[in-house]
Amino acid sequence: MSAIHLNCRECGAQYPLDARYVCQRCFGPVEVGYDHGGLAGDVAALRRRIQGGPQNIWRYADFLPAQAQPGPSGRASSRFGLPAGCTPLIRADRLAERLGIGEVWVKNDAANPTHSFKDRVVNVAAARARELGFDVLACASTGNLANSVAAHGAALGMTTYVVIPADLEEQKVLATGVYGTNLVQVRGSYDDVNRLCTELSGERDWAFVNVNLRPYYAEGSKTIAYEVAEQLGWSTPDRIVAPVASGSLYTKIAKGFGEWLELGLISGAPPVMHGAQAAGCSPVAQAWDAGHEVCRPVRPDTIAKSLAIGNPADGPYALDLARRSGGSIEAVDDDEIRAGIRLLAETTGIFTETAGGVTTATLAKLAARGDIGRDERVVLVITGEGLKTLDAVRGTFEAFEIDASFDQFEQDVERRVVTA
Amino acid sequence: MAVTVKLPTQLRAAAGGQGQVRVEGATVGEVLESLFDAHGELRESLTDEGGGLRRFVNVYVDGEDIRFADALKTAVADGAEVQILPAVAGG
Repeated sequence: MSAIHLNCRECGAQYPLDARYVCQRCFGPVEVGYDHGGLAGDVAALRRRIQGGPQNIWRYADFLPAQAQPGPSGRASSRFGLPAGCTPLIRADRLAERLGIGEVWVKNDAANPTHSFKDRVVNVAAARARELGFDVLACASTGNLANSVAAHGAALGMTTYVVIPADLEEQKVLATGVYGTNLVQVRGSYDDVNRLCTELSGERDWAFVNVNLRPYYAEGSKTIAYEVAEQLGWSTPDRIVAPVASGSLYTKIAKGFGEWLELGLISGAPPVMHGAQAAGCSPVAQAWDAGHEVCRPVRPDTIAKSLAIGNPADGPYALDLARRSGGSIEAVDDDEIRAGIRLLAETTGIFTETAGGVTTATLAKLAARGDIGRDERVVLVITGEGLKTLDAVRGTFEAFEIDASFDQFEQDVERRVVTA
Repeated sequence: MAVTVKLPTQLRAAAGGQGQVRVEGATVGEVLESLFDAHGELRESLTDEGGGLRRFVNVYVDGEDIRFADALKTAVADGAEVQILPAVAGG
């Protein structure tokens, strides 16, 4: 393992690789630090080792803060847990054409074991939790993380507590409870859930994946960058469009590209990073528009519940990244989100949840504004599955209801289709 | 006005191991000043050079983030609970 310590992102203080997320000295967030010096010598050999690795995120074990899981494993076979990653990167020419831009690729992270990118981060956090001797996995979740933690607990034989706001989509609640977890529904917002879990993590000896294990958890998101780079032939795309809730995914994707560029493992420049928020919960986009360095918390009111974090932990770092990379943080409203879901579905065959609608609508907005050059390669990061947020598409199309009659088919279906 | 300040585990060593401290104050700012008077080390952990709260510190009065009210000028009622938590969780 090339992870060597935790270091504070604010003051630089160093700590051992234990269950810790806050700097003792300045209260800043701590992050995993690595020594990749041993990998820098032979880039070709490192690429071969990655390519010969399992068909999941553990092919990047050199860049993750936990030991690789034992035994050979692929997307369909594993001796351990619920391996995530190696999701498809699909060229979306019809989407690009509709938007009048050159080249778009969709990273479809709905193709993970519990249908969202959260399986990547939970893979890493759960592995590290076991290494540190925890028996209980827990989380504060807007839904997708709850699915993933409950499922990982079932796969690994760990007790789980998942804490969610009481008003989540029914699909996400059902797809969590089925795993036999301790499901806690809090009457309040995600930020209330987060406050409770932050307090609980100090009082219980549990691995809260996104609280006391957060430094490890967050590193899992880097694997999206590694996969995209590998799938594009060891090169970077020109632009990334990714959703922003806490800002962790968005900033870690950039960290992943940065690490590999520094090692000379991939060619290209660091991608321009665009962050996507729902207008009904856009503390980072509002700070971006106002030119602020920190975010003011908001009370969420949006159909994109998986992104409904009013008090984003990585807000300042997301703002900094948007600035440094030449990107931006955008917000789109609920109607644009619904339209984004339809646009992606109709042009790529990929049905995404509301967060993917936010991301797709943001791409459409950037394209309409003329921010994307004809010769640029853009990657759209789709983080979750449409079947989990069905209400967002309810009533957005009509079906033909007929008797089992050829005449009715001609009359009531074909004629209407032709005249439509 | 007597209020209870709840401290996160990370700060308890600087407050003699206590998880809750009773202090006086009519606003959050006054409550924190009383807290720092009693436990000086906490000032450096929670405030920056300008005396403001560090950016990864969340403060709640009876469960409500003070940035939804008047920040450090937020009034605290007698018997209120002021909770200090790290702002780096979640997502």
